[in-house]
Amino acid sequence: MNILSLFPAIPLLMMLGLWISKNIRQIRTVMVAGSSVLLALAVYLVFAYLGMRADGQTAEMLFTDSRMWYEPLNIHYSIGVDGISVAMILLSAVIVFTGTFASWRMELQVKEFFMWFCLLSVGVFGFFISVDLFTMFMFYEVALIPMYLLIGVWGSGKKEYSAMKLTLMLMGGSALILIGILGIYFGSGGTTMNITEIAALHNIPLSLQRIWFPIVFIGFGVLGALFPFHTWSPDGHASAPTAVSMLHAGVLMKLGGYGCFRVAMYLLPEAAQQLSWIFIILTTISVVYGAFSACVQTDLKYINAYSSVSHCGLVLFAILMMNTTAATGAVMQMLSHGLMTALFFALIGMIYGRTHTRDIRELSGLMKVMPFLSVGYVIAGLANLGLPGFSGFVAEMTIFNGAFMNHDTFHRVVTIIACTSIVITAVYILRLIGKILYGTCNNPEHLKLKDATWDERIAVTVLVIAIAGLGLYPIWMNDMISNSVTSIIAHILN
Amino acid sequence: MEYTILILLLPLLSFVFTGLLGKRLKPSVAGWIGTIVTAAVAFLSYWTAISYFGAGRDASGVFPTQVAWNAVWLPFTENLHIDIGFLLDPISVMMLIVISTVSLMVHIYSFGYMKGEKGFQRYYAFLSLFTMSMLGLVVATNIFQMYIFWELVGVSSYLLIGFYYTKKEAIAASKKAFIVTRFADLGFLIGILIYGYYTGSFSFEPGSEALGMAKTMLPLALGLMFIGGAGKSAMFPLHIWLPDAMEGPTPVSALIHAATMVVAGVYLVARMFPLFIGYAPDVLHITAYVGAFTALYAAIVACVQSDIKRVLAFSTISQIGFMIVALGVCTSADPHEGGLGYMASMFHLFTHAMFKALLFLGAGCIIHAVHSNEMSAMGGLRKYMPVTHITFLIACLAIAGIWPLSGFFSKDEILAACFDFSPWMGALMTFIAGLTAFYMFRLYYSIFWGKENKELHAEHRPHEAPASMTVPLIFLAAVTLVAGWIPFGEFVSSDGQAYHIHIDWTVAGISLCVAFIGIALATWMYLREDRKVADGLASRFSGLYKAAYHRFYIDEIYQFVTHKIIFACISTPIAWFDRHVVDGFMNLLGKGTVSASGAIRGMQSGNIQKYTVWFLGGALGLIVVLLLF
Repeated sequence: MNILSLFPAIPLLMMLGLWISKNIRQIRTVMVAGSSVLLALAVYLVFAYLGMRADGQTAEMLFTDSRMWYEPLNIHYSIGVDGISVAMILLSAVIVFTGTFASWRMELQVKEFFMWFCLLSVGVFGFFISVDLFTMFMFYEVALIPMYLLIGVWGSGKKEYSAMKLTLMLMGGSALILIGILGIYFGSGGTTMNITEIAALHNIPLSLQRIWFPIVFIGFGVLGALFPFHTWSPDGHASAPTAVSMLHAGVLMKLGGYGCFRVAMYLLPEAAQQLSWIFIILTTISVVYGAFSACVQTDLKYINAYSSVSHCGLVLFAILMMNTTAATGAVMQMLSHGLMTALFFALIGMIYGRTHTRDIRELSGLMKVMPFLSVGYVIAGLANLGLPGFSGFVAEMTIFNGAFMNHDTFHRVVTIIACTSIVITAVYILRLIGKILYGTCNNPEHLKLKDATWDERIAVTVLVIAIAGLGLYPIWMNDMISNSVTSIIAHILN
Repeated sequence: MEYTILILLLPLLSFVFTGLLGKRLKPSVAGWIGTIVTAAVAFLSYWTAISYFGAGRDASGVFPTQVAWNAVWLPFTENLHIDIGFLLDPISVMMLIVISTVSLMVHIYSFGYMKGEKGFQRYYAFLSLFTMSMLGLVVATNIFQMYIFWELVGVSSYLLIGFYYTKKEAIAASKKAFIVTRFADLGFLIGILIYGYYTGSFSFEPGSEALGMAKTMLPLALGLMFIGGAGKSAMFPLHIWLPDAMEGPTPVSALIHAATMVVAGVYLVARMFPLFIGYAPDVLHITAYVGAFTALYAAIVACVQSDIKRVLAFSTISQIGFMIVALGVCTSADPHEGGLGYMASMFHLFTHAMFKALLFLGAGCIIHAVHSNEMSAMGGLRKYMPVTHITFLIACLAIAGIWPLSGFFSKDEILAACFDFSPWMGALMTFIAGLTAFYMFRLYYSIFWGKENKELHAEHRPHEAPASMTVPLIFLAAVTLVAGWIPFGEFVSSDGQAYHIHIDWTVAGISLCVAFIGIALATWMYLREDRKVADGLASRFSGLYKAAYHRFYIDEIYQFVTHKIIFACISTPIAWFDRHVVDGFMNLLGKGTVSASGAIRGMQSGNIQKYTVWFLGGALGLIVVLLLF
């Protein structure tokens, strides 16, 4: 069996394991064992991939495999990975692992929760390993559907409304994607669904590209929180349970950026060049607008959701800059944002679990009460505002430098506008830290609260180590990504 | 020279170690780890300095720039990459000495000052972090490395200002410091982007060919970088964070907000000096005007503040203004022909670091003794704390520019450089030097002489600080006494050649006279117990006095802009727009779909009679249509 197929297969096995488990102990055992195996496998994949590249393998996709599963439309289960997908798989594995620990003390219908959670990971992993458009789309749908139930059943607040809104908006996006995929398939002659083959054919007429590019880009953009299709994100995240927020903001939103790059831009390059300016404007708005909105929010999750709009906007912004440096930065930003936002949501969940409020006006002086969680929060905040030594700085600097390499005024101006987000981010992060962590604790109820438990410490520590590791020694990840980005960018520009 | 990596690595390890163990470590153990590491760093820095300057000049008569080690940290393109390395040249070596010395003194001093404080371990961990970042900044081999460590000193400063995190003022001050400097750093970053793009590298010396191609954009890039420098170095109007930063523990103010971090902007301009002189002399002169205005503004404000740390903070701003002016008035790279300011600025940076750290540490002893920052709680303290008194006096004389203390020599060079540039600039800076003498002695008399606050002192008798605090004072006072005699020009000068400092006694005479006038005025006004003159002046010019006391309302303007404009007029409407317009549209779409489907659902009611009616109606309609066409 191809090593890649293990990634969707293991969560499926975990579902089976969960199904037959009888008590919480067994459920936890299955989850920890499964997610540890996934993490170990992802780390192994990184080394194996780097090893193969070091041996001089130059093929675009490695570990490829292909099986026909629907002949009339030439749909294959084709898999393969390049540096970008390897990075994303590693990210997903880390988040599934930490998400398990972050929902350790779940009480309501634990078994069902984790089963849906595993199904979600099946979709996510499947998406990142797919090279076939239709298979990719199928996994995309597999990742979306469980979200509805996870929020609707295990969520909080206006959970039905949020779940419905999130699902409908994302489904709207996936309808666009499906149309776009069919457009690409028939536009390229209707012979293959394989991404690399379509790219190699490179025969979609410009007039058709101009129709399908915006459709596919918006379709994936909805998931990547592209302005003005981002409004599912604040409500959805606010209502979702912790681990779901982590996986959703941490990984699922990356599907959007990944799809925009791999499908919309890679397969429709000429239209991408012609029409990119429209989306550059939209993403620039996302970046600044999200940051400004975050400044006045009072709910911890809303702050982080708008912050995600801003940071994910930067991902799309960077890939539209169409050069290797910026696109490498975009993938770095996906990784970095995934880890940071997962850390944030994990910590918010832990604080909410204790104080039962996410309103920053009701929280204060938590540093004294729960030092471990508070220090974690400060670290997450500093990483979020792009402090050197954490992954955010590396990603943002790569993006800004890359974006600035376009030598026309338009790109320069939007780059400078996007740069201002580093100041606004500092404003809302420090406001938040100052309000909820520092000062004296005004609520006597909160004084009795306990600091992090061991399972929470594992989740937080793993994420912090990943963020700092990426931030302190970025060069290997950067090399791995830029290697693969180069060929895609070269294809787009020719 | 590979061992220099330890200069950065040791404090980093100390930070990680003490930071991770935190409360599990005994406070004194954490303190000792930090102090021993800093002592080792100081030793290595001195060793580096000795071997660097000991190796002598090369054939062209300059100390050669050496890169001890350098590695690519993050590549962008083939040519454009961020490196982390260790650069040795006269100014970076000088900074190594300044930083490690002051840092070591502060580490020792803090044993006494922070004794029994909660979070003692955290305090030492942050000090290590700061020391590492500041050292990394000055030895940067390229502009991007400088930016990386620039941000890191910013965050160390944030963490240390907010050390007393339960105190409201400390939280606000730390936030303000970080955001104001972040805003300035935006300029720095864009400057770097432009610089990197046009010269094709982040190196300080990209080569004349690359510079020639970037010629038209360099002034812009350098100007933007100066904005970053102005933020860190508290130049008007980005100075507002520094006085508030005094909420941090006093030794931190001495280390970060007096001696090292706040001169990073000066260091940045000095680092880019060859480019400024070669490609953007006009921008360089603009910095001189900014510096001069800042120096004047801060000196005026310092004259009326009542919190001793604030007086010192404004004095720092004013003195950094002097350093910036000195760099800005340079018209060439030759120290004999208009390039004197470079050497003067670096010299003043060096001497100022020592005597200003001394002043702050002295202020720390005083605050420790009377438990207040306000002058009203002091007065007559000379009897209680003789060591602090004498060392503080030495520092005051030095900053006032009295021969033969260190400040005299460096300030004299600055004034000479200003007079070379234009008589007006020279006159202005001389006047500010006089003001400096005045406000420093106002401070000195109000603390150690004047009317004693007997009530307070009876309740709590002031006492001399413990040895851990007075030893650093004595050491720094000794440095202040002798530093002026260092032949500084032999080591640092604008063209790298040996420059022999000679004192221009006309300039020196004028500045000494002005200084004495300032001191005399202060003596007349503040030495006595009743302070009739001072109070009379304050009430006669009450408008001006009030305005100066409120720092000319600059903070209020900022307050207005951030709260009334950015929060109320940008963020809130955007958030509203998002919830009601963008999201409202989505909700409308949803509701529209629901009601539309409701309307259609009516047709499929399962009611036979209705179906019949629809069927007949449809058939009739069709017949009509067919008949008509």
